[in-house]
Amino acid sequence: MACSFKEAVDSGKFVVTAEIGPPKGTAIEEMVHHIDLLKDKVDGLNVTDNQSSVMRLNSLSVCHLIKERGGEPILQMTCRDRNRLALQSDLLSANILGIRNLLCLTGDYITVGDHVEAKPVFDLDSVQLLQAVQLLTQGKDLAGNELHGAAQFYVGAIVTPEARPLEPQLLKFEKKVKAGASFFQTQAIYDLEKFKGFMNYARQFKVKMLAGIVLLVSAGMARYMNANVPGIFVPENLIEDMTSAPKGKALTKGIEIAGRMIRQLKEEAICDGVHIMAIGKEGVVPDILAAAGLA
Amino acid sequence: MIVAQRKPVEEIKRVLGGYEKVLIVGCGTCVAVCMAGGEREVGILASLLKMSFRMEGKEVEIGEATVERQCDKEFMQPLEEKIKNYQAIVSLACGVGIQFLSELYEDTIVLPGVNTVFLGSNEGEGVWQERCRACGECVLAETGGICPVTICAKGLLNGPCGGTNEGKCEVDKEKDCAWTLIYKRLEKQGKLDHIRKIFPPKNYRVHTKPARLVHELYQQQKGET
Repeated sequence: MACSFKEAVDSGKFVVTAEIGPPKGTAIEEMVHHIDLLKDKVDGLNVTDNQSSVMRLNSLSVCHLIKERGGEPILQMTCRDRNRLALQSDLLSANILGIRNLLCLTGDYITVGDHVEAKPVFDLDSVQLLQAVQLLTQGKDLAGNELHGAAQFYVGAIVTPEARPLEPQLLKFEKKVKAGASFFQTQAIYDLEKFKGFMNYARQFKVKMLAGIVLLVSAGMARYMNANVPGIFVPENLIEDMTSAPKGKALTKGIEIAGRMIRQLKEEAICDGVHIMAIGKEGVVPDILAAAGLA
Repeated sequence: MIVAQRKPVEEIKRVLGGYEKVLIVGCGTCVAVCMAGGEREVGILASLLKMSFRMEGKEVEIGEATVERQCDKEFMQPLEEKIKNYQAIVSLACGVGIQFLSELYEDTIVLPGVNTVFLGSNEGEGVWQERCRACGECVLAETGGICPVTICAKGLLNGPCGGTNEGKCEVDKEKDCAWTLIYKRLEKQGKLDHIRKIFPPKNYRVHTKPARLVHELYQQQKGET
């Protein structure tokens, strides 16, 4: 990477991050391949933290691996699996490994994952985690103790622009801004007109907004998300586009749709960048970038 | 009240293996109201066990007793004599009563007949809803009388997570999102300012187990605080 994620965001360019999902197990070849493929094409690689409450390799070690391979990692931290001691300790550890970008999330509930009998922690919520990070950067911990060396982080959080109802979500978004989030990554968006409405509201805050782009791979996936994933609404015309794709070409259509959306977000300067989630299809992220005119 | 659920008969029978004289002790307070361990349930369990043991050709004497409150010494007197005739007791009180009974009668084996599940309210015939986690730091004044610690699956203090949808929770589509309820109620009351501030992390120190409380009027008398 020529510059850090923060420098890229601060430069005012349209930033692009991609998601890396650590594997369940120690076979990391495929993930390493994706890291090497993407590290010089995006401004940051965002590593999930036991995504969907499924036990996997942890985000911190994969971020370190990305760093070692010359990439720019963004560490995801959820509140589900660690109490405030473990969270702060992991944050300090990340810091000494040179990991400076952080995305703070509450985390999915335990029972959506694969260890449904585990104890849910949620000692802190995402707002309190952001506050803890702020303190660590000021040389203090959550209990008010002085640190022997402060941490440095560029910290972000998430927001769901199409949550229903939206108002309680915005109340939390504003708390996250107050608690020190500098950048935001959104839940997947598909309706850019609606997203413009959200951005009209969000622009009053001095934060950078990265729109979440989830690659559609089939019409079935779009319908599944509409029915099952809170805050994701794929409009009917996009589902029709996916349905009308010739047999075996649905992925190509999904890449085209993602590329078109990113291009419009950039050309109309709707937001500050995108976060691409090509869940399980990280290999096609360069194609999405090409379709968006960003390659 | 404390809500409990009777354990399956098979599980109760398993822990009773070998005892020939068993007393079932119910409690007339919370567990009677939630139909898990009152006098009526003591009778039902006694019948089920008698029938089941008889079918297996086992001779087990099953006695029945119910006290008004198994968590209070004052109410235990009626058991004193009766208990001496039995080898084991199945208590249908909540976990508090079961422990209290086994502490009072150390020479008798006391076994649980229920699983204690939560502190809740009666929502209608046969339906109970958890309402309080006994966290020791009540925030209801600020959250419109709706407890986020209990009603939100994650116990979040600063607003909903991204899993909320149309007022329902990501954990179970049948369950309400606590923060949508809180927001709507406070909006109606014109008190949204209450939740615009950032709530600090909870103080779990007040919740160090086992908790103990001495009423202020009795503190001097007992010499403790």
